[in-house]
Amino acid sequence: MLNAYDILETIRMIQDECLDIRTITMGISLLDCIDSDINKACRKVYDKITKKSKDLVKVGADIEKEFGIPIINKRISVTPIAIVSAACGGSPVLFAKALDEAAKAVGVNLIGGYSALVQKGFSAGDRELIESIPEALSVTERVCSSVNVGSTKTGINLDACKIMGRIIKECAEKTVDKACFGAAKLVVFCNAVEDNPFMAGAFHGVGEPDCMINVGVSGPGVVRSALSKYPEADISEIADIIKKTSYKITRIGQLVGVTASERLNVPFGIVDLSLAPTPAVGDSVAHILEEIGLERCGTHGTTATLALLNDAVKKGGVMACSRIGGLSGAFIPVSEDAGMIDAAKSGALTVEKLEAMTAVCSVGLDMIVVPGDTTPDTLAAIIADEAAIGMVNSKTTAVRIIPAIGKQVGEELDWGGLFGCGPVMPLKKESASKFINRGGQIPAPMQSLKN
Amino acid sequence: MRAVITVVGKDAVGILAKISGICSEYNANVIEVTQSVLQDMFAMIMLVDISKLSIEFGALSDKMTATGDEMGLKIHTMHESVFNCMHHI
Repeated sequence: MLNAYDILETIRMIQDECLDIRTITMGISLLDCIDSDINKACRKVYDKITKKSKDLVKVGADIEKEFGIPIINKRISVTPIAIVSAACGGSPVLFAKALDEAAKAVGVNLIGGYSALVQKGFSAGDRELIESIPEALSVTERVCSSVNVGSTKTGINLDACKIMGRIIKECAEKTVDKACFGAAKLVVFCNAVEDNPFMAGAFHGVGEPDCMINVGVSGPGVVRSALSKYPEADISEIADIIKKTSYKITRIGQLVGVTASERLNVPFGIVDLSLAPTPAVGDSVAHILEEIGLERCGTHGTTATLALLNDAVKKGGVMACSRIGGLSGAFIPVSEDAGMIDAAKSGALTVEKLEAMTAVCSVGLDMIVVPGDTTPDTLAAIIADEAAIGMVNSKTTAVRIIPAIGKQVGEELDWGGLFGCGPVMPLKKESASKFINRGGQIPAPMQSLKN
Repeated sequence: MRAVITVVGKDAVGILAKISGICSEYNANVIEVTQSVLQDMFAMIMLVDISKLSIEFGALSDKMTATGDEMGLKIHTMHESVFNCMHHI
């Protein structure tokens, strides 16, 4: 039987501590939309997405009301478009427009999958798609793009790193009027996952079924609040409290995912066990680390506390749901986390520290604003560094970095809403151009030889 | 199917009557009520059977929220499954 304490705890989590379902993401395969005629292919893409997801937003809203749990985003991920567009030639931007129109028609706020997987080299369609990303992200509103440039199995495609350094810069330049927002919709991955529900890096992998529902939970505020009740607890007790809280948060994700999949008549995929922050007060991952005992996120001890947090979130969540997937880990986007923004502004949090943090949590250098005069080769070197961490540690890493065109350290970019605002963070001035321009493939590490 | 209605706010005459009135109007059978008044804060948890509800559950939830706003109370109307999944293994 339910007791009053449990009921009031749940209500408090939702009302005061920002417990929510961050996203219900419908993954849709577009493999059956491939056609040598690009216009036909785009029509098939539009038709399939709008047919499969026509009830997604309504079902999400119904569940939100019945369970009393806010569901912040309803989104769609699709098969990497480079695979779909390979057969037709022509500018893949038409696909981006079709995705954008489909997203608007069904009312989802973002659609992911304008993507290419080039970890071992470029196949037909990959280069065209990558070169079209800046235009695609500037002429569309809701399309998100990602490119996988490395994996533990294949090593790192350094040519792709170099290209992506330039593409990121171009994305920012083409969207200067929108605070360089184009670059915020582009993620460069190592070890990209096929069932990630979170944007901007979501795509529907080719190994996935035709259509699937994946859920991403959130709740940094709930974890912080739970910890604040035990100021004298030792660190094992802290891990225990996080595990218990994570279990409760994840159970809600499982319930919402199963219910949505039943109502949409689409198989349920995975719950992504992530603590996804927002810029809202009380919804910050950095504040959890500070609650554990750091004066400011980014100082010495940050990596250790984050490792503990990330591990405990997974241990608590594993038992709470039937299948786990996606990125599953604490997110550390700078602009989307009030505590990270403050830490970056104060100078306690640097890009180098963030890089170290990505070795122990999901996912990578995320929503970091850098000076507008950063060279493409420096961006490429940042991508290569981050990909190396992912490759060697057999984990997903990513780079979503925004060059603030025309701005310098001390200024900031402000997008508002869930994307927040980010101060321009300093980078090293010394060049890595010679390394980047060597090109070729960084060989896969020994860890790849598991068979 | 059962739902949990929680009401929190400043105590006043007729809160229980008003909420149970809405339940009866839409055929939600009240199974259990716990309520307490601490200082002048009123807190009530009501378990209701909604299997024979005469309107959509979402509409009942809206009705309750609106009534809460009128009376200066916070009313949450949620499926029992939310609490069961979170607090029971």
